[in-house]
Amino acid sequence: MNDGTRQNPPQDASENRIQRLKRIELQRYAPLFALLLLGTISAFLSPYFLQVQNLVNIFRQVSYTGIIALGMTLVIISGGIDLSVGSAAAFVGALAILTVNTPAVQALGAGTAVLLACVVAVGAGFLAGAVNGLLITKGRIAPFIVTLGTMALFRSLTLYMGNAGEFSSRNALFGDFAAGSFLLLPVPVWVFLILAALLNILLNDTKYGRHLCAVGGNEKVALYSAIDVDRIRFFTYAINGAMVGISSALLASRFNAVSSSNTGLGFELDAIAAVIIGGTAMTGGRGTVWGTVVGAVTLGVINNMLNMVGISPYLQGTVKGLVIIAAVYIQRQKN
Amino acid sequence: MKGGSVVDYGFLEMRGICKSFSSVPVLRDIDLSLRRGEILGVIGENGAGKSTLMKILGGIHQPTSGEIRSRGQRVCFRTPAEARSGGISLIPQEFNLVKDLCVYDNVFLGAELHGPLGMLSKKQMQRRTAELLAELGTDISPTERIANLSAAQKQLVEIAKALAFEAELLIMDEPTTVLTSHEVQILFRLMRRLKERGMSIIYISHKLKEIKAICDRVLILRDGEFVCEKPTAEMSLEEMASRMVGRELSQIFPPKRLPRPDQVPALEVRNLSVRGLLRNVSFSLAPGEVLGFGGLVGAGRTEVAETIMGLRRADEGEILLSGTPLKVRFPEDAVMAGVSYLSEDRQGSGILTGFSVTENVTLVSLGSYVRSLLGGSGSFFGLLDKSRERRSASHYRDLFNIRAPSLDARLEFLSGGNQQKVSMAKSLDTHPRVFVADEPTRGIDVSAKQEMYRFIADLAESGVSCIVISSEQEELLGLCHRVVVMRDGRIAGVLEGESLTEEEIMFHATGIREEAKAG
Repeated sequence: MNDGTRQNPPQDASENRIQRLKRIELQRYAPLFALLLLGTISAFLSPYFLQVQNLVNIFRQVSYTGIIALGMTLVIISGGIDLSVGSAAAFVGALAILTVNTPAVQALGAGTAVLLACVVAVGAGFLAGAVNGLLITKGRIAPFIVTLGTMALFRSLTLYMGNAGEFSSRNALFGDFAAGSFLLLPVPVWVFLILAALLNILLNDTKYGRHLCAVGGNEKVALYSAIDVDRIRFFTYAINGAMVGISSALLASRFNAVSSSNTGLGFELDAIAAVIIGGTAMTGGRGTVWGTVVGAVTLGVINNMLNMVGISPYLQGTVKGLVIIAAVYIQRQKN
Repeated sequence: MKGGSVVDYGFLEMRGICKSFSSVPVLRDIDLSLRRGEILGVIGENGAGKSTLMKILGGIHQPTSGEIRSRGQRVCFRTPAEARSGGISLIPQEFNLVKDLCVYDNVFLGAELHGPLGMLSKKQMQRRTAELLAELGTDISPTERIANLSAAQKQLVEIAKALAFEAELLIMDEPTTVLTSHEVQILFRLMRRLKERGMSIIYISHKLKEIKAICDRVLILRDGEFVCEKPTAEMSLEEMASRMVGRELSQIFPPKRLPRPDQVPALEVRNLSVRGLLRNVSFSLAPGEVLGFGGLVGAGRTEVAETIMGLRRADEGEILLSGTPLKVRFPEDAVMAGVSYLSEDRQGSGILTGFSVTENVTLVSLGSYVRSLLGGSGSFFGLLDKSRERRSASHYRDLFNIRAPSLDARLEFLSGGNQQKVSMAKSLDTHPRVFVADEPTRGIDVSAKQEMYRFIADLAESGVSCIVISSEQEELLGLCHRVVVMRDGRIAGVLEGESLTEEEIMFHATGIREEAKAG
């Protein structure tokens, strides 16, 4: 059956395939090269750029939206989108501060109160994500529409609860826990990196991660491969919600307050931008967590560079928008 | 140009066509000539270069070297539009129709008729489409949406489109893969009529019997090279097959081994009904038996498989696995119980083209590759044992002779036959007791087909019960112990032994005796 006569011909074809495979490998590292290039340019533009304090600052600034971008990576790989992350961040942050300010909780001692507030933030975030997930899977409504709706909903609830003002924590420790540093790096950066490592494992080394890529790659194939598509999508939005909760707790701690109108504003843009710049396909099915980390840092470096060169902060949105469009355009060219 | 000279020059001639993709040659020095009113068959295994050659004619690819002459004039098609205005119309394997538009919109797509103010002349387009469809002998409404048409009807729309552009050469790439044998006969009658009107047709197919039946001459390609070109009458099917493959083909079907019918049925289906699709479907399957499912497309064969797999909800009926009732709410339940399904639609629901060979093989059985951290195996968030996954994939690569650059290669880089083998490995890695193969050899070449038959026979030999759903009757006859024929969602007959013949299958599938039709 398998005699030698037919071994020669496929080799030509396979050489061709190997060339294509190599090209794909190079493409994987494109976001990293872009970041290094950007870093080099920045270093030339300002001697201040490479100072440790500046680099640490960039990392701290991007870690809040970066954590959300990690969850967003999973959502986009599943073939969906979550526009509600910014509003949800404000909402769960407000809940965390209301928790820490409750007299009964304060009576438990400052440390326990802060811990409880964090649990509330993560739990409420998970639930907020679960609401999105439920509407998308059981309600069979497009993710864009569902999360557009909950984006308005969470913001409006926050504004109502805070009467459009600010939620200020009356617990000094709450404002401290995320302000500290550990081995040179601020706490939010550590949280960001540890979560990235965990999500990287979740994506690459678990059944959930593999099934996630299958669902995003071709939902029908996933269904026919006995994968519970709805369960995968539901968990993805819920995990993303939990990420929003973690980010929100850190952010609320930083200011020891949450603004019902401003907190989390535009986070969805930063998170989605980081994912796309990191090389995750908007069509779903493929993506990397570390790419998203690179994407988030790239956005931070761009902002930093614009500040140093003295470009109006109002124009930074323009640059961000152009970078997102360019990243998607480059993705299209690859295919 | 006068009629006589047309024949002399040849209506169309390709000379010394070479084509390379990023310096890898896929066509080497191919000659092809075609007269008016002639049907030329082009055959070859997957990857032989048939489609590339046709895409050069259709203006999709440019040849690296070589020339094309039309009626003696040198021509050059840089785009599909240029080929179309040169009178060439290509009907690809996957139809080129916009699903959400009407029939007439599609027929005139890209060349819409306009009124004086630039408004679409819908009435005129509809009238013209109706005329064309009537010419083709069909009553499809010009205002029907494409999505509501059957595969055979879509094909007619494609042909109508070619006629609307006054094509003189029609290229059909595997036109019969999605058609039932009855529909194939209708298509052939139509092709003969078009030929009499002077249209030339290039017909690409894997099915040698069809080539023999419809083509005047046949051109054989192998690995991008010209093998031979002869009148079909001078070639036997065996000769075509062996020239295509480049070696003698031993018997296509492996010998049938007898199943063990005395035991409890591996699968028993009783009175299965799905509203609007299936009515009272009952059958049983012995351990180690290969049971065929024949019938026309849409008769409900795939629906039976999907209902057993939990992809559809049954309204009534019972499914018993080795005597115990099977309750399936999700496909996962069926897989856990030992049933596995090889989907008919490889690209649409079978494999993930963006996944590697390994990732595809273990997709269904992934739970069994989770390292048990806390004693419980198969957990949702446990870590995968990737080296065991690789070993498994490499086992199937050797077992099924899967040709891939590496186990990490994405499936989009594999040929159809090798993709199908990966899809089969994926279905079998769950170690099923009942294996349902839906059109297991669709769109794959002769030698891959032969291998698939052997795998199925071996599987049955090892005690796995197999259901083979197929529209190719030889496959049912050659592979199966018994054949269930379905019609309109019901079982029209179960054939075995003496009564298992092509005529009987056709009779039960259509409800019409062949003799009655002939008379």
